[in-house]
Parts: sequence; C-alpha cells; structure tokens
Amino acid sequence: MSEPHGPAGIIVAQASPGTLPAASGVEIAVPAAEAHGSNFPPFDVHTFPSQLLWLVIAFAALYLLMSRVALPRIATILEERHDRIADDIEEAGKLKAESEAAAEAYEKALASARTKAHGIATETRDTLAAEAETRRKSLEADLNVKLAAAEVQIAATKTAAMANVRGIAVEAAGTIVNTLIGTTPTSGAVEEAVDTAIKG
Amino acid sequence: MASGSVIDPIHQFQIIKIVELGQPGGVELAFTNSAAFMFGIVALVFFFLTFATRGRTLVPGRLQSLAELSYEFVASTVRGSAGNEGMKFFPLVFSLFIFVLTANMVGMIPYAFTVTSHLIVTAALALLVILTVIIYGFVRHGTHFLHLFVPSGVPAFLLPFMVVIEVISFLSRPISLSLRLFANMLAGHIAMKVFAGFIVMMTASGVVGWFGAVLPLFMVVALTALEFLVAALQAYVFAVLTCIYLNDALHPGH
Amino acid sequence: MEAEAAKFLGAGLATLGMGLAAIGVGTIFGNFLAGALRNPSAADGQFARAFIGAALAEGLGIFSLVVALVLLFVV
Repeated sequence: MSEPHGPAGIIVAQASPGTLPAASGVEIAVPAAEAHGSNFPPFDVHTFPSQLLWLVIAFAALYLLMSRVALPRIATILEERHDRIADDIEEAGKLKAESEAAAEAYEKALASARTKAHGIATETRDTLAAEAETRRKSLEADLNVKLAAAEVQIAATKTAAMANVRGIAVEAAGTIVNTLIGTTPTSGAVEEAVDTAIKG
Repeated sequence: MASGSVIDPIHQFQIIKIVELGQPGGVELAFTNSAAFMFGIVALVFFFLTFATRGRTLVPGRLQSLAELSYEFVASTVRGSAGNEGMKFFPLVFSLFIFVLTANMVGMIPYAFTVTSHLIVTAALALLVILTVIIYGFVRHGTHFLHLFVPSGVPAFLLPFMVVIEVISFLSRPISLSLRLFANMLAGHIAMKVFAGFIVMMTASGVVGWFGAVLPLFMVVALTALEFLVAALQAYVFAVLTCIYLNDALHPGH
Repeated sequence: MEAEAAKFLGAGLATLGMGLAAIGVGTIFGNFLAGALRNPSAADGQFARAFIGAALAEGLGIFSLVVALVLLFVV
C-alpha cells in the first residue's frame, strides 16, 4: 500500500544524516498551506463539489437499484421460503393430527377388542362351565341309574346266592346227618332247621 | 522534502482528476478517482446482490446466503431500533449500510481509494440521514416533533437548560456521525501506512534492520485485522445510529 | 514561542483526548464483560448496545484527533 514520494504531507523519513536536524530520525514536515487546506486531501475544499455531485448520483443510483430491484428480489425469496416453511409446518401438523387420530382409533379398537375378547372369554367360560355342569349332571344321573341297577342286580344276586346257599346247606345238612347218624331226615325238617340257623 | 525513502501516509487520500469537466458557475467539477470508486461500489453491490440471487433457490447457496444474511441483518437492526414502522426506511438504511461497508472494505485493498475517508462524503451521508429525520418528523408529526427537545418529567426550572442541551445534542448528531466514520477510516489507514513505512525504513538500513523490521511487520498485520474489524463495525454503527435517529422521527417525545 | 511550534504542541496535546476516550471505551467493555460473566444468557441482547456506547465514546476521542488534524493541516 505504500507509495513513496508523494506530495507534501506527513513525512516519516529516514534521511541521510547530513540533511536532518540532530537527534531526529523521524521528521514530521508540514509545508505552509498555499491554498487553504489543499495539502490535506480530506480538507481540500476544491474537491468537495465534484465529490458531492458524484456521491449524490452514485448514492441515488444505489438507492434506486436497492429499493426497486435487489431488495424486493431478496424479500420475495425470503417470503417464498417463509411461506413454504409455513406450509410445510402446517402440513406436518395436519399429518401429525392424522397420525394421532389414527393412533387414537387404534387405541380404541384395541380397547374394544380387549373388552370383546374378555366378553368372549367369559362367555366361553360360562358356556363351557354350564356344559360341563349338564354333562356332569347327566353323567351323575346315568351313574345313579347304573348304580340303582347294579344294586338291584346285587340284591338279586344276593337273594339268588342266598337261595343257593340254603339249598346247598339243606343238602349238606341232609348228607351230614346221614353220614353221622345214618338216617336220612325229612327234607322238611332239614329245611326248617337251616332256615332257623340262617336267621339265627 | 527529505531525500531517501519517504513514506507519505497522506498520499493515499489524494483525489486525482480523471476527466475535467470545467468550472460551471465557478465551481471546479471533475470525474475523480473517488467518483470512480463510488460507481465501482454501486456496481459491485448491485451485481453481487443480483448475481447471488439469480437462482432464487429455495435452499440458498453460499452467495445467496450472504445476500440474504445482509438483508436479514439490516432488517433485524431496523426492526430492533425503530420498530416495525421503521421498515419503511429499510431501503435507505440498507443502502447506507451496504455503501459504507463496501466502501470501507474496498478501501482495505492495497492501492485502492477509501471513499469514506473523505469528510465531505461522510458528512453528506450523515446530512442525508438527519434531513430525512427532520423532514419526516415534521411531515408526520407537525409541531409535535418538537417534543423531542422537551424531555418529560423534568423540573420547570431545569427545563430551559435541558432544552438547550437536547438541541445541541441533536445538532451534534450529524457531526459526530460523519466525523466518527471519517476519522476512523482516516486514522486507521494513516496508522497502517506509518507502520508499513517503518518496515521500509528499517529494511533500508541493512541486515540488522531486517530483523528489526519484524516488529512493525507484526504490527501491520495486527493493524490490518483491526482495520477490517473497524471497517465492519463502523458500517454497523452508522446503520444502528441511523435507525436510532429515525426512531426519533417516528416516535418523538417518548 | 513560534506559531508553528505552538501548532504542533497543540496538535500533540489534542491527541491526549484519544487516550481519555480509550478509558471510556475500556470502561464500557469492561463493565459489559463483567455483566456478561455474571449473567451470560443476557449478554447477547446487550451486545449491540455495548458497541453503540463504545462508538459514542470513541466518537468523542475522534473529535480530538480531528482537532489535531485541523491544527496540523488547516490552521
């Protein structure tokens, strides 16, 4: 950025020792201003009118270009994006609501299915229990009938057996008496004696 | 002038006439390097913004992000300082901000001319702001705009002094606004030039000087970084203060 | 005293104002930092304000630089 040998101004100079005042490596030299402030460009009034003129033109052009072209353009881009994002957010919200509704419906279906299943289970249990009860009852009745029949049969068998026993006893008694005493008792007396013994 | 290597830190601010336009009405007019840089800045800003947004893509690229970032940044600054009502001045504030920022940044390029290092330029911009404030204030609020100078809740015997102070502070605004920018750029560029001059001076004095020149070299590097910061910061401060002054025009007598 | 010499002395004295402005800027950023360390969440909101304050304080120091420049080059 350094451009040597400019016109008068602040001069930071490393000069040959002969030309400088003693003990001074740095000299700030300001020549007397011929025209007012002309040695310091920012304070040079001669350049002011043209700078002002061009600044006005340039800044007006910039303002017009910015306000008419560039800024509306960026604004529309940002707005579009904003709208798009808002739309997307809205849609996402809608989808979320939908999914929530679906989840709720699922939950409801699940609950109803559960109650239904519970009902079915209870019903099934009840019917099964009732069925089992009836089956048990019929079985019991059946068994009772069979028991009764068996008892009757037992009684009959017993009676028959008793009769057989009596016959055998009479015969045996007759034979024994015959063997012992050699006489054959009358069958009527033997039967009477056996009956007395059985009853006794 | 002294002989040897002479570093003139003022030379960089020299206005060079490129085309002389004569002297209509006794004032000297010319197309200067300053004017060329002004138009260069305008063209640079405009072509950058239009080029960056040429795709109008939904998902921005690098350049478009930069353009959008500058837009959003200035817009949030305006909204923060002057409210939503202040958005009608948004093109003005944006133009000022981008002009000053680009001028400062272009000025950091070696051999380039710094437009904002000239008092008349910054003064014109500051006057533009303050005239906008005054004219809009009176058009919008009429004499109510003068309430700006009458702070509320001040004892009666203090009021005259307060009014005088408020008027002075209002009048000093364009001065401080323009001088701040001007002097920051001027002082920064002079400082960089002086330290760069030290390097040249030291290297001219032989091998020992080469090692001695390392110190001012680091200084120049640091100063350059600082000047980039200052260039951005002063553009921002200019824009923010513009917004604050515009807020006075929008809501006087707060 | 020579008028030229007085001019340079005046310019040098005027630049003292820049050092005083530096105290102001330092105070602003020091206090900003102290506050920011106490309450870091509130720091971002006050960042712009700190810079505006620094710019205002610096502007006054810049005035003294301008006075020095005027003394050097204009008077």
